[in-house]
Parts: sequence; structure tokens; C-alpha cells
Amino acid sequence: MDQPFDLVVIWAGIIGFAVMMYVLMDGFDLGQGILYPFAPDDHSRDIMMNSVAPVWDGNETWLVLGGAGLLAAFPLVYSVFLPALYIGVFLMLAGLIFRGVAFEFRFKANTTKYLWDWAFAGGSFVAAFAQGAVVGAYVQGFETSNFVYVGGALDWLTPFTVITGLGLVAGYALLGSTWLIMKTEGELQQWAYKITPILLIAVLVVFGIVSLYTPFVDQGVLNRWFNGVSIIWLLPVLALYCAFLVFRSVKKQQEGMPFVATMGLFLFTYLGLLASKWPYLVPPDYTLWDAASAYESQLFLLLGFLFVIPFVLGYIAWSYYIFRGKVRGGYH
Amino acid sequence: MELDPLILSRIQFAFVVCFHAIFPVFTIGLASFIAVLEALSLKTGNPVWQRLSKFWIQVFAVVFGMGVVSGIVMSFQFGTNWSNFSYATANFLGPVLSYEVVTAFFLEAAFLGVLLFGRDKVPQGVHLFAAIMVALGTFISSFWILAANSLMHTPDGLVLRDGLYYVVSWRDSIFNPSFGYRFTHMALASFLTASFVVAGVTAWFIMQKRELEANKKALSISLWLILILAPAQVMVGDFHGLNTLKHQPMKVAAMEGNWETGTGVPLLLFALPDQENQQNLFEIKVPKLASFILTHDWNGEVPGLNEVAPEEQPPVFIVFWAFRVMVAMGMLMVLFGLAGLWLRRGGRYLENRTFLNGLRVMSLSPFIAVLSGWIVTETGRAPWLIYEQMTHAQGLTPSLTGGMALFTLIGYIAVYAMVFSAGVFYLMTVFRGGLETANAEHVDSDVEKAQRPISAANANLEGGL
Repeated sequence: MDQPFDLVVIWAGIIGFAVMMYVLMDGFDLGQGILYPFAPDDHSRDIMMNSVAPVWDGNETWLVLGGAGLLAAFPLVYSVFLPALYIGVFLMLAGLIFRGVAFEFRFKANTTKYLWDWAFAGGSFVAAFAQGAVVGAYVQGFETSNFVYVGGALDWLTPFTVITGLGLVAGYALLGSTWLIMKTEGELQQWAYKITPILLIAVLVVFGIVSLYTPFVDQGVLNRWFNGVSIIWLLPVLALYCAFLVFRSVKKQQEGMPFVATMGLFLFTYLGLLASKWPYLVPPDYTLWDAASAYESQLFLLLGFLFVIPFVLGYIAWSYYIFRGKVRGGYH
Repeated sequence: MELDPLILSRIQFAFVVCFHAIFPVFTIGLASFIAVLEALSLKTGNPVWQRLSKFWIQVFAVVFGMGVVSGIVMSFQFGTNWSNFSYATANFLGPVLSYEVVTAFFLEAAFLGVLLFGRDKVPQGVHLFAAIMVALGTFISSFWILAANSLMHTPDGLVLRDGLYYVVSWRDSIFNPSFGYRFTHMALASFLTASFVVAGVTAWFIMQKRELEANKKALSISLWLILILAPAQVMVGDFHGLNTLKHQPMKVAAMEGNWETGTGVPLLLFALPDQENQQNLFEIKVPKLASFILTHDWNGEVPGLNEVAPEEQPPVFIVFWAFRVMVAMGMLMVLFGLAGLWLRRGGRYLENRTFLNGLRVMSLSPFIAVLSGWIVTETGRAPWLIYEQMTHAQGLTPSLTGGMALFTLIGYIAVYAMVFSAGVFYLMTVFRGGLETANAEHVDSDVEKAQRPISAANANLEGGL
């Protein structure tokens, strides 16, 4: 076919960007839910929820945008991942619904407040775990035949995906605690300083397990990383440097740096994962180009996305700008 | 017992989509109603329009929020339960559904915030503009959704190569043969839904003698709308039916309970279709009327279900009765429109308690009509997922087992039951609070300044301010 651009690569960039945005942004607000039961007191919980209330639904925009974009641009991902992760997808959606509704109704409730607290914490944990398991399932690969998933209902649930699931729970909690360091003060901030190194260690342990495990289950990954030193080795090095920055900045009681460095840790880990699997989008068999939809379909939607994404980015930037500074609790 | 993933997936989809549909069908119409209120407020300067608008905007916010939550599940179900269908049609379905998402976000990003929270921060004209844009946005969203749905009924503009559909003409595939009828029918349904809910809630306020000046105006507007829209909907429904007769004759045969092709076919008022024996029990009929309605000729030929094999027929009992429920609701709506006109002389529509109580009950009628209408059109397409091209069975996810489908079906029912009983309970609180609560000085807490839909509402979950 004679196409002026390879839209597949452009779409890979757009979806990749949307997924990264989602993980970073919904990560810190899911993290509030995960940390919720461990918070020092009820007043802290109020502040934690307030610290993400104005932005959380905008953050989830990226999940829906990424999901719809996948169906349009890479339908094979949509039609293999969703059946393969059937139960996991349900749990994630149920989790997201519960925590979403908790945001709305907790502030309207008086006597039933504790119920919404549980919905918020439980929903956040389940959603985060399911998303981590998706990452693990992607690393494992899917049993397909002729572009159709042929594995079982719970193939995705293995010790490895449980570890990646818990890993992402810890990761989101880390984003959440460093967000609190940046956005709060006093007792709650001190608590966040205290738990951040513990969460970071948990994340690094999972990081290590995944890094060691991946090359041994996938010959392609092994060759990519161990056939001589290449530029991609920079990615894990940068990720570890970011982890070091988190440690150091927490020790120095810096406020913004822990969150920024945690985002860096996520970004370089994510890029490292993509570098391992590139160009396989539905491993082990199908590449980006196998999974892509027709050129004219990708083009038709691209026109709309190019128009709307700047608005979405602008809106997000504006709402974070409005919401800058420290969050204080209660009514005033 | 062997669990059948096909039937369970169909039940699940029907459950989730029915649950979802009741929210947008209301908000689409309500958004336009709010825009009208804002326009009247700007034009006349009479404060009652703003009092009304403030109340209905809060109702809109709550219902919109519930619609968004239930809609997210919809967008994943195509992949989880109908992956073969999604994969085969992705070249069309993907961009069309994505455009719906993109439109919705664009609308939310730009205008919803201004409508819900911007009244005191922007000039009144800008606020009106935001209200109009939100109304327009809800229509554009339903435009894309109905384009996708209509294509499943009357596919066009696509070509099938190696099991995948490719778009040959975007215009033909989006504006496929049933799209215009379906869109008009749904748009009118949305307006009618908003009119009847406004009328029902307002009738209740009037019976309690609350905010009479404003509520009388709202009731008057909604009754005029019903008087015009209900008969218009009957006409559009008739055109839609003729379009269906042309493209999906078996659906019409099931609606009419007509087993054999013939001329001078009677209209059945009552019957119990017996699919096994391909006949009806206990028929009550009007001679030749079905032929006349469908062909405009008393002796016109009407296709019967015997034109296809029994396994290619839709479930007749469901289609037949859902159709009658929808039509009955439509007739009741026309009657209430006429009654409103009759009682208008001397303002009796504001006093007649039977009429006002009737309106309260009728606020449920559009939801019943819309759901049964969707059951007619969707069940009537069976066994086809894409008419005469792909069956439900072919579109199903191959790896799906009955146990998995049952697990999520029960799961979704449980989640929706919990979440939406809270939502509906809260909506009732907003109704009880009425215009008084919606217009009261409200002390915002920090978090309620957060611009989320439901935070636009003033009432507390357990009642009070």
C-alpha cells in the first residue's frame, strides 16, 4: 500500500502516551485509596481524599481514551486482552466504579460515611492489583491461534502476575505517598515521609523479580538485553537513579522531589518494558503491525484525536493549576 | 446443568445496556430543557426561570454522573464478551465509538464545568452558550452511538475481506439506511422523557403548593411539549416501522405476530405467540388493519415468519409484547397531551388532582417505552448480530465459558444494585429538596468546590442541606 505516513507508529505513540499518562495520574489517586486504611487518623483520611478529589476523574479520562483508542487503532489488543483478562477486567471495573462513587457520595454522607470509606479503599486496591496483573500477563504473553485468544479463563493468574499485581499496588502507593509529601503538611506529611522508603523497597523488589524473570521466559528479550551492551541499558540505570533520588530527597525532607523522582522511576521502567517487548504488542506472536486496524480507519480517527487531545491537555493543566498548593482539611 | 455463555452474555449485555440507557435518554432531553430555561431567563429577566434552571441543573448533574459510570462498563463489554464481533468490525466500530468518547470529553472539558459551576463567574450569555453546547454535545454523543447501532441493523458502506470489515464509504456506513429514523425516534424519545419527568416532578410540587409561580411555568411548558411531541413520535415511529419492513421484514413479522405471508393481514390486539408450533393462541384481532398500516392498502401483502427457517426467526413472544407495551405507552402519552390541552381552559390542569397524580405516575412511562422499544429492535434482529451477516453465536468471545459469564453477570447486577440504589436514593433526595434547596445559599466545603458532576448538587445523601 502506498501510504504517506506509517500511522501505526504514530498510533503506538499516542496509545503509549495515554497509558503512561494514565498510570502516572490515576496512580497517585489510586494510591490514596491503597494507603487509606493505614492512615494515622480520620482527619488525615479527609485530607487524603481532598488532595485528589478535584482531579481524579480527569485522570481516569486517560483510561477510557486509551481503551477506545485501542479498539480503533489496535483492535487485536482489544479482542485478545479483554477475553484473556475477563475476570480481571470485571474486578478492575467494579473497583473503579466503587471508588468513583465513593468520591461523590462520601462528601454528601453523614451517617453512612464509613461505608464509602471501605468502598474507596477496597475499590482502589482491587483496581490497582488488576492493572498490575495486566502488566504481568502482557509480559507472559497470550495463547492465541489465528488472531483469537484460545487460553483459559484464569491463565492470566499466575504467581508472576500476582507479584506484578502487588508490585503495582506498592507502586501506586508510592506515587500516593510522595504526592502527599508534596501536597500536605504537618503530621500527615511526616507519616508519608516515614512510609515512602518502605514502599520504595517493595517496588524495587518487584522491579528486580520482573527484570530477572522476563529474560528467562522470553528468548527474544534475553537476546535483546544480553547481546552486547546497547543504549537501552540506560533505561534501568536511569530508573535506579530515580529510586536513589527518592531515597535521598526523602532523607533531606524535600517536598517536590520525591514525587518527581517516583514519576521518573515509573517512566523509565515503562520504557524498559516496552524496549523488551518491542515490536510485539500481543506477545508472543503479534507485532504492532499485525494488531493494527486499517489505514483509513486509523486516519479517520487521528484527525479527531489531533483536534481534541490539545484541549484535554489544556484542561488538565488548567485544573492542576487551579488546584496548586497545599491541601488543608475540613470546612472553612 | 450446562451453562450457555451465549445466552448469559446476551442477558448481561441487555441488563447493562438497559440500565445505562435510562440515564442518557433523560439527560439528552433535560440538557435541551435547561438550555431553553437559560434562554428564557436571559430574554425575560424573570428570576423564576433561573430558579427552575438551578434545580434542574442539579438533577442533570446527578443523572449525568450515573450515566457516565454505567457507560464505562459498556465500552469494555464489546471486548470481553463479543470479541469476534469487535475484532471483525473494529475498522468501523473503533473510530465511531472513539469519536463518541472524544466528543464526550471535549464537551466535559470545555462546557460542563461552566454550566454546573460557572453561573456566578461568567456573563449570563456565556452561561447560556455553555448550556447550548452541553445539549448539542449530548446529541453528538448519541449520534455516534446510534450510527454504530444502526449499522448492525442495516449494514452499508463496508466490505468484508478475510473475515474483517473494511470501510469503503464513511458516509454510507455512518448514515446507513436505518440511521436517520432511529436517530429521530431516539431524539424525540429523549425530549419526551425529559418532558414527562419534568411534568411529573412539577405536578408533585404543585400538589404540595411549593414554589407555585415557577412550577406552574414548568408544567405549562412540559405539557405543550408533550402535546406536540407525543403525536410526532407516533408518526416517526410509523416511518421507522416502514423502514424496518423494507430492511428487516422478519422483525416486523415478529412485532405483528404474523406467521404466514399473506394479504389483508389483521392487526392483533392480543395473542400469545407459540413459537414451537408456529402459531398464536387466543388471538383478538382487527381485520386487515396490519396490512393497511404497513402497506397503506387494506389488501396489501405483509411478509410472515414462514419466509425463514424457525432457527432464523427472532423470539416472537418477546418482540410481540415489547412492541405492544411501547405502543401502549405512546398512546397514553398522546392522551395525556390532549388531556392537558382540554384542562388548560381556566387553568384546571393546575388544580385537577387526578390529572396531576396521573402525571406523577406517567413520569415512568417514557422509560418503559424506551426500554421496550430497544427490546423490540434488538431482540427483533435475532439471531443476527449484524443483520444477515453475523449471528450472535459467531460474534461471541470463543474462549468465554458459561461459568465466567455467569460470574460477571451476577457481579454486575450486584455492583449496579448497590451503586445505583445509592444514586437513585440521592436523586430522590434532590427531588424532595426541590427548588428551595437548589436555590439556597450553600456553604461549599473545600472538596465540593471540586468540579465533579454530583458535587453540583446541594442536598445531603441522607437529606437536608
